[in-house]
Order: sequence, then C-alpha cells, then structure tokens
Amino acid sequence: MPVKSLADLQKIKAEALAKRQIRTATAHAQITVAMGTCGIAAGAREAMKAILDAIEKDAIPGILVTQTGCIGLCEFEPIVDVQIGGEKITYGKVTPERARAIVAEHVVGGKPIQEWQIVR
Amino acid sequence: MLRELALHILDIVENSINAGATRVTIEVREDTREDTLIIRVADNGRGMDAAALQRAGDPFFTTRTTRRVGLGLPFLKQAAEMCNGLMSIESQLGVGTTVTATFQHSHLNRMPLGDLAGTLLTLVIGNPQTDFILRHSVNDETFEFDTRPIKAVLGDVPLSDPAVIAYLKQALEI
Repeated sequence: MPVKSLADLQKIKAEALAKRQIRTATAHAQITVAMGTCGIAAGAREAMKAILDAIEKDAIPGILVTQTGCIGLCEFEPIVDVQIGGEKITYGKVTPERARAIVAEHVVGGKPIQEWQIVR
Repeated sequence: MLRELALHILDIVENSINAGATRVTIEVREDTREDTLIIRVADNGRGMDAAALQRAGDPFFTTRTTRRVGLGLPFLKQAAEMCNGLMSIESQLGVGTTVTATFQHSHLNRMPLGDLAGTLLTLVIGNPQTDFILRHSVNDETFEFDTRPIKAVLGDVPLSDPAVIAYLKQALEI
C-alpha cells in the first residue's frame, strides 16, 4: 500500500469536518487507557490498539481516545475508562477481546458491560 | 517485566508525558557492524534537579502518589546491563530529560525491539498535546516519523478520527 501524503490528509480533514456538521445528536464518548508501568506490563498497549482498530474498522466518529498514568489499582490492569455524557465507567483486566466488546456494546450500543466493571 | 524494548520505550516516554513534555524525540539506532542498539528518549519536560536525578534509577523513589514504587527506569537499566550495556540519564530543571540505553545488539539476553509502530501509535493518539518525533535507523537506513506536519494539517480534527487512525497506521507502516 502506498504511504499517504499530506495532501491525502487534507482530504481526510475535509471529510471529517463535513461529517461533524451532520452529526449533532450522537453522544460524544471519551475512552481513557491507563498507561503506567503496571498497565503497560499487563497489556495496555494491546488494549489501546484494539480500541483504535475497532474505531477504524467500524468508522465510529466522535470518540476521543486518550491515556493516563497509574491510578493505583495495578492489580486490575489494563484499566480502561469510558465516559459518555456525565457517566464514567471503569473496566478492569481489559484484554483486546474485552476492548472490542466494550467499544461495540458500551460506546456504540450504549449498554455498559457490568461484569468487567471495577466498582470503587 | 516488559518483554519488548518497544514496551520499555512506551514506559520511559510516559515519564516524559508526566513531566509535561510538549515534544518527545525517540531515537532507535541499530548498528550491526558495531553490534550496538541504542535507544534515546529526549524530552522538553520540566526536568529533574540533581537530587531527583540521582535517585531516578532507584525503584523505591517516585514522584507519583498513586503507587510507592517506580519501576520504569530500573527495569530499563537492568535490561541494558544484562546485555553488556548501560543506561544513563541527563536532566536539567526547566530544560528536559534525556534517557539513553545501550545494548549489545547480538546479546542472547537482548529482548526483541517488538512493536515500535504500535508504541508510537499509542503515544501519538493518546497524547494529542505532545509532538513525537521518531528516528529508527538500521545501519545506513533511517525511518522518520514526525507528528508536527500532520497536526498542522489536521487542526482540531481529533487524532482518534477513524480515517486519521488509518492514515497514522500507514505513516507508521503498520
């Protein structure tokens, strides 16, 4: 596959901005992956990649994916937070499989997956 | 323990992020003729004073409040020293920090470089406020990646937009 140029990126930007104007009703979700040494050792990068793959493959717009450091719950790593509107849910032991399910069922489908949640 | 050098790089760059760096330069230089592999992470974060610098390789020293041990730098130091190499840290308050680790390329204990592109993808998208520059060379061949021209084009379009993720993967040769 050819490496895309910055001109291709201009087109991607124009399309993203055009889509943004159409999309007003959908909730804006923020996904945060904990990326301390504990998280990295437990597979946080693989969880992050699975989330990004799911967003890319299903062309899901309006999701902000960021990362944070160790939050002190090292035994539950990899840890992923999903915030939609004012509601934040923290998931533990997020394997790539779980990450894909969280994106499909919670972020897109609006139904949090109770059994993987960490209750603080 | 971390099983890839690329995971160590991810971990060390997290220190840069936590130090408020807005620019991080990652260099990986593989030279099979000199039998060396050198990793250098240089940031423009807040840096450390001499006292903090002296303790940075100590697992029982951390500035974090969520956990009382800091294993990132000690892990890297151990990995380098197991391969006839060493780790050094230079830092200046208000200027930044540079961590350098050297390895004997052919050493039996040297872990694989691993998924460097995945590490970059994670860092770039997860830390939109920070610019990343990667230079990976193998002997005379150099691969370069720089987020600055990409972000200049994108403006406020998020890096986690599906089409942008696809673009970044191609730019990183994933």
